[in-house]
Amino acid sequence: MMAQPATAQPATPATIDPQTVVADDPVLAARPENRVWKKFRSHKSAMLGGILVGFFVLMAVFAPLLPIPDPTATDWGAVRKAPSAAHWLGTDEIGRDVLSRLVWGARASLMAGVVSVGIAVAFGVPLGILAGYFGGWTDGIISRCTEALLAVPFLILAIALAAFLGPSLTNAMIAIGLSATPVFVRLTRGQVISVKAEDYVEGAHAIGLSTPKILRRYVFPNILPPVLVQATLTIATAIIAEASLSFLGLGQQPPAPSWGSMLNTAKNFLAQAPWMAMWPGIAIFLVVLGFNLLGDGLRDALDPREH
Amino acid sequence: MLNFLLRRVAIALPTVILISIFVFGLQKLLPGDPVLAMAGEERDPEVIEFLREKYRLNDPVPVQYLAWVKGALTGDLGISLRTNQPVTELIGQKLPVTIQLAVMALIFAMVIGIPAGILSAVKKGTVTDYVANVVALSGLSIPNFWLGIMLILLVAVNWQLLPASGYVPPSEDLWLSIKTMLMPAFVLGTALAATLMRHTRSAMLGVLKSDYVRTARAKGLAERRVILRHAFRNALTPIVTLTALLFGELIAGAVLTEQIFTIPGFGKLVVDAVFNRDYAVVQGIVLVTALGFIVMNILADAAYFVLNPRLRKQ
Repeated sequence: MMAQPATAQPATPATIDPQTVVADDPVLAARPENRVWKKFRSHKSAMLGGILVGFFVLMAVFAPLLPIPDPTATDWGAVRKAPSAAHWLGTDEIGRDVLSRLVWGARASLMAGVVSVGIAVAFGVPLGILAGYFGGWTDGIISRCTEALLAVPFLILAIALAAFLGPSLTNAMIAIGLSATPVFVRLTRGQVISVKAEDYVEGAHAIGLSTPKILRRYVFPNILPPVLVQATLTIATAIIAEASLSFLGLGQQPPAPSWGSMLNTAKNFLAQAPWMAMWPGIAIFLVVLGFNLLGDGLRDALDPREH
Repeated sequence: MLNFLLRRVAIALPTVILISIFVFGLQKLLPGDPVLAMAGEERDPEVIEFLREKYRLNDPVPVQYLAWVKGALTGDLGISLRTNQPVTELIGQKLPVTIQLAVMALIFAMVIGIPAGILSAVKKGTVTDYVANVVALSGLSIPNFWLGIMLILLVAVNWQLLPASGYVPPSEDLWLSIKTMLMPAFVLGTALAATLMRHTRSAMLGVLKSDYVRTARAKGLAERRVILRHAFRNALTPIVTLTALLFGELIAGAVLTEQIFTIPGFGKLVVDAVFNRDYAVVQGIVLVTALGFIVMNILADAAYFVLNPRLRKQ
């Protein structure tokens, strides 16, 4: 006798609405990740932020597939042309398509935001854990160094580092990442100090768990939410910082497109070609607003006092 | 008060020492041998050796550092490669321009941010609150150099209401000086106004829930009086502290604002120095900015001490 696996399937997953399951099942509804997601989804501005960020991420990822001209291709017959059917957002001072440069520029901005925050998290979080968990002279040294770096304004520090490292997008990302590191050290340190005092960490000590295990199992998961919120908000700051450095000529180098360098060129042609300045600025504003809204929404959703 | 200040200065000392090590270390990040760049194309070994001796590059790094600190303590931050002027003198010339810009920006930020924050807190959950929050978040998200460019386009180029760029010292023509600085100050003040608005709102929301505000209302005081005399006065402490701490943001923002409006201040000095590889000037600026931030921190603590009677009694 042949088995009939197809009809023997117990359920039809496609017909089940996961939201209904979460709402109906008290156990699932009480799970923190579901609660956070539900809260986040009800936060309209956070959803708007998510949509904005998602739009720019898709634009950056699928840039090579879009039917737009090469962002570096010049056309001396179409210099500083106003927006038209051929060039939706107009052309720049050497006839390059502004829309194309805007789309490809999203790659530089988003990459700078994510990579520099990645650098800041990669250095800042372990240092913050070391300072907060071990205290004593380890904390003393790390905290004093953090305070010293925090005393130098973020952008001045990034400019100085970018100047000494040399102008390029990679160096700008390193400069921004290193400049943002102290914020993560300080945040992580504070979180670790408060988590360390919790009963479950003391209990883990009492049953003889090793320090790396305690850090991995109990400390790290508990400090993650505020770090995630800070990372989202810092991406916004990093994108503005990259645009600022590129605007000053210390970031992405021509002819590669970046929103900051587009604005740098555009300021020389304000009266003749205002569209050159308008679009990159709007793009920076929208993506930064997106990350800020997303960060604010995440903060509200992850804040235990809000539940 | 004096004891309090002395204690704060003592706490800040290790930070100052670390900053000096960091600023000195910046030049070690430079790729290649700086002397080779200074020696010109011929690279005469005698000239190279002379330069090494002159800049003490043959000494061990700690000795170089101590010599640099000794110079810095006596106001000698080196000579600008571009202008041949002492760095301290250059900074002294440019700083007043940036201070004028920063003060005007701060006035803009306070005039917009604080009333908006109060209004937003008092009208929590209403359309006013929502609009104020949206405007504040937009203010934080807008790149100030782009805002500057757009304002030049609209106000200076299209409407011709204000000068597009430049700087007039107040001693020369006060009104023209203020007029020239209006747009840059507004641009620089926007993000700060947004920050101040959000903090004022948060501080006011905390205070408005307190018992003494409820008591003031129960006594039948006019709402305006309750808000301004009772609530705002108590919410003022964190706002004043924050305002002092915004100094760093002001200086950093000034770098771009001065670049756009061609203002010959501190920010323009750093950008010019970066492009001319005038590293002594970059180092000097980082050091002075960091020290300025520490001084503002101490002043913020002092303001907190003065404004908070409980702290004074301790």
